[in-house]
Amino acid sequence: MNAILVRDLVVRYSARVTALNGVTLSVDTGVALGVVGPNGSGKSTLLKSIAGLIQPTSGEVFVFGKPPRKLERGAIGYVPQIEDVDWSFPASVRDVVAMGRFPRMKTFSQFGAHDRAAVDEALAALKLGDLCNRHISELSGGQQQRTFVARALAQEPRLLLLDEPTTGVDAETEEALLHIVRGLVQDGLPVVMTTHDLDRAPEWFDRLIVVDHKVLADGDPETVLASGSYAAIREHTHTHGHTRTTP
Amino acid sequence: MDVLTAPFAFEFMQRAFVAALIVGALCSTMGTYVVLRKLSFIGDGIAHASFAGIVIAYLRGFNYAFGAAIVAVITALGIGFVHRRGKISLDTSIGVLFTGAFAVGIFLMSRSQRYSVDLEGFLFGNILGVSRDDLIIVCILAAIVVLCVAVLYRPLLYTSFDPVVAQASGINAAFVDYVLLVLLALTIIISLQSVGIVLVAALLVTPAAAAAQLTRRFVPMLVLSGAIGTFCSVGGLYLSYYLSSASGATIVILATLIFFAALALRRRSA
Repeated sequence: MNAILVRDLVVRYSARVTALNGVTLSVDTGVALGVVGPNGSGKSTLLKSIAGLIQPTSGEVFVFGKPPRKLERGAIGYVPQIEDVDWSFPASVRDVVAMGRFPRMKTFSQFGAHDRAAVDEALAALKLGDLCNRHISELSGGQQQRTFVARALAQEPRLLLLDEPTTGVDAETEEALLHIVRGLVQDGLPVVMTTHDLDRAPEWFDRLIVVDHKVLADGDPETVLASGSYAAIREHTHTHGHTRTTP
Repeated sequence: MDVLTAPFAFEFMQRAFVAALIVGALCSTMGTYVVLRKLSFIGDGIAHASFAGIVIAYLRGFNYAFGAAIVAVITALGIGFVHRRGKISLDTSIGVLFTGAFAVGIFLMSRSQRYSVDLEGFLFGNILGVSRDDLIIVCILAAIVVLCVAVLYRPLLYTSFDPVVAQASGINAAFVDYVLLVLLALTIIISLQSVGIVLVAALLVTPAAAAAQLTRRFVPMLVLSGAIGTFCSVGGLYLSYYLSSASGATIVILATLIFFAALALRRRSA
């Protein structure tokens, strides 16, 4: 069974803004899929649609054979771009990572041994052990990013979605993330990640798609990069200053 | 010891103390969510909106508190709906709906020839005039609010920090938001009768804001906010007894002083 199945997905934010215009895609388990494309190409919208955060204008999205909102709690681990939350919120790194357990817990159940173990493991995997009692406002960008990824891991998701986790982070964070993504894929998890870093795409991903409101290229990273389809959009973006929605 | 027990010689003072204790603890605990979700305006908003309910209840001849509660809950749901569906910021949504509902109240009142509801009493409340029946209603509603917060504790916390990721992980963030708004509406209505609009607005914001200066963890903030709110309402009532001052105003002044003390403490330790 496909982990993700997207069929003729159209997402229109308004009459003039079409983020995705007919995307069809299927992703198997145990595959890391990289999504590249210029800013405003609909990459984040694609992730949000798979996460069930956006209602498609038309078309369908299935995750493990069901619409994303019909899945059991905790199935989808989603890591947004870090600027989206209030970092002055009263919480330590451990508190935030522990939130990853909430969807998996029953209403009145205690935070049990397994929950604690999942949190400790996630903290260790992201090298946050020493920082776990620190307030989240005292973290660097890379550490905040790692905290978010740790929260998603603590959730023990069946699918991991990462929105530009390597943008603006330090080399240590990037290496830690790469190690984790490869490890999860080896364990059979599907991972979908957006990125701007083309050079390292072959190290990260088993498959790469180029998105500019539609899927323009799809295949193994080396071939896609060699085909020059991303370079072509970049050229277009560069000369015109923006990308055009294909009508 | 006499200093502490003297006010209890009067039965109305006993009731006032119980009301202050419950309202103080409830408002300030719920205030943690109000402050963290940046809803400081909501106390004032829902309290004013419920005025329409009181006028309607008066004109139709049913219980004022019931009328106020119905309109407060409808307004709270409306605020959530306009915010979500209209993609309008919460503070704007609160601003539009509360003034709208308040105006409906004034409109209905102005059209009625026989109107004689004590608007001032409604706006400023009278903790010394709390009846035994009022107290029972306060207790029941407070218990409902506490129970709902206990059941939804984790979803409430998660959606307060990161509603988007909470939603992606399968938590129904919209449902949690609506429940919180309804719980806030109930809290505000419970408190309104005994302490009035200004005190509700203050108790929903000031103790939590003070607690936020003293701790950077959620549970300590929740507990500390509740403790500060309880201390201020009971302590303020004592003070007002001995100073012969207005009880509501004394409570608010005490809470404000504690907020500035907490702010100074944080700045010294920083």
